[in-house]
Amino acid sequence: MREFAYAKPASLADAASAYASGGEAALLAGGHTLIPAMKSRLRQPDTLVDLNAIPGLDAIAVEGDRLWVGALARHAAVAASPVVAKAIPALACLAAGIGDPQVRVRGTMGGSVANNDPAADYPAAVLAMDAVVETDRGAHAADDFFQGMFTTALDDGEIIARIGFRVPQAAAYAKFRHPASRYAIVGVFVAKYAGGHRVAVTGAGPGVFRWADAEAALDAGGSLDALALDPSELNTDIHASADYRAALCVTMLKRAAAQI
Amino acid sequence: MEIAFTLNGEAKRLTVSPATLLVELLRDGLHLTGTHIGCDTSQCGACNVLLDGEPVKSCTLLAVQCDGRTVTTVEGLAKGEALHPMQAAFREHHGLQCGFCTPGMIMAGIGIAKRHGRDISRETIAHELEGNLCRCTGYQNIVTAIQAGAKEMADA
Ligand SMILES: Cc1cc2nc3c(=O)[nH]c(=O)nc-3n(C[C@H](O)[C@H](O)[C@H](O)COP(=O)(O)OP(=O)(O)OC[C@H]3O[C@@H](n4cnc5c(N)ncnc54)[C@H](O)[C@@H]3O)c2cc1C
Ligand code: FES
Ligand code: FES
Repeated sequence: MREFAYAKPASLADAASAYASGGEAALLAGGHTLIPAMKSRLRQPDTLVDLNAIPGLDAIAVEGDRLWVGALARHAAVAASPVVAKAIPALACLAAGIGDPQVRVRGTMGGSVANNDPAADYPAAVLAMDAVVETDRGAHAADDFFQGMFTTALDDGEIIARIGFRVPQAAAYAKFRHPASRYAIVGVFVAKYAGGHRVAVTGAGPGVFRWADAEAALDAGGSLDALALDPSELNTDIHASADYRAALCVTMLKRAAAQI
Repeated sequence: MEIAFTLNGEAKRLTVSPATLLVELLRDGLHLTGTHIGCDTSQCGACNVLLDGEPVKSCTLLAVQCDGRTVTTVEGLAKGEALHPMQAAFREHHGLQCGFCTPGMIMAGIGIAKRHGRDISRETIAHELEGNLCRCTGYQNIVTAIQAGAKEMADA
């Protein structure tokens, strides 16, 4: 790894100023994406701003109709939280299926959402549950937040503080896991609200997306058999072809819908 | 940068560069070579150590992140001549062949035992070993060893 300066601020404001004065800086949360990227020199920051000493950033609480999860909440903490299990059990379940136990004990929700890996799990939950991504500078609606592969509405140096999920009447996540990495080859999150269903798909395309036809079909309560996504817009790689991913989307949708 | 942490029960105060991985500090700096590097890409778990009692991949953690915390490596598990119950179970149940993955497996096993208690199904153990690769054994005896080690830990 290339040498860098290391800062461990104790507040969001100090983190923002350490970032601003740090040359090419990077924010460190769980490090389970960033450190591997630095080891392979895909990322070579001048300054690493470690967010782990900022108090309160890992809080989990229900306020009104939203479940708020702090950016620094580890996957293992979300998976084990009684507050999450009561409000949105599907979110606890999703967190318990990320990576492996050693990844879950370090990786954070904020890091996963900021990174927006096209095969990551949390973005599907954030989008399907109409979440608000609150930062040190303002707030983003999930529908505007994810902007394709590894791209989000975050400005340079903008820090996610917490994420507020609109608590659904019912929700479920079904994922076809990559057998080695556990990332989603396809993952489908279904959330049911009084106003209708929201469905988000991860792993299949260049970034997480909402599946309008599936939402309409679930609202209508009819069969899901006729649903089909256009494979020309889906990913092909050595693990799965676009046609296979399109078929998996329907299968994962059915599995998630069956739990609701 | 100066860091202070507890390593295998002993207070340490050291100067490290921020770019030093914990596994590099352990192996190259402190000559604790029981912690292995299998993949160096966060996949295999050979580098697992306990950070405040929880297994983590020391190839994916900076040494400076351990400031103020407690790290335990495989060298720190035994009490004198008496092996840790999980170590003893690996020996008793032949949970290894070449032994390369073993330190990381023992750490993962301790984490599994702490999370799930005394009686753990083989399925649960297999699922929880997703972050550990073994290229020799076929895992059966590792699962048996962790199952037995968890009982011993609970009864100890
Ligand atoms: C072996 C392995 C298996 C994995 N399997 C899965 C899986 O099955 N599913 C899955 O979804 N993920 C998986 N992951 C990824 C894992 O969940 C990561 O932890 C996660 O993607 C990144 O979170 P982090 O906290 O580690 O972030 P970091 O690595 O610390 O940071 C990632 C990026 O986000 C930025 N960032 C971090 N926090 C913030 C913040 N609060 N505000 C703004 N920007 C921020 C960083 O600057 C960096 O660019 C896996 C990782 C590994 C190593
Ligand atoms: S060497 Fe750390 S996970 Fe393989
Ligand atoms: S015993 Fe050889 S790698 Fe596991």
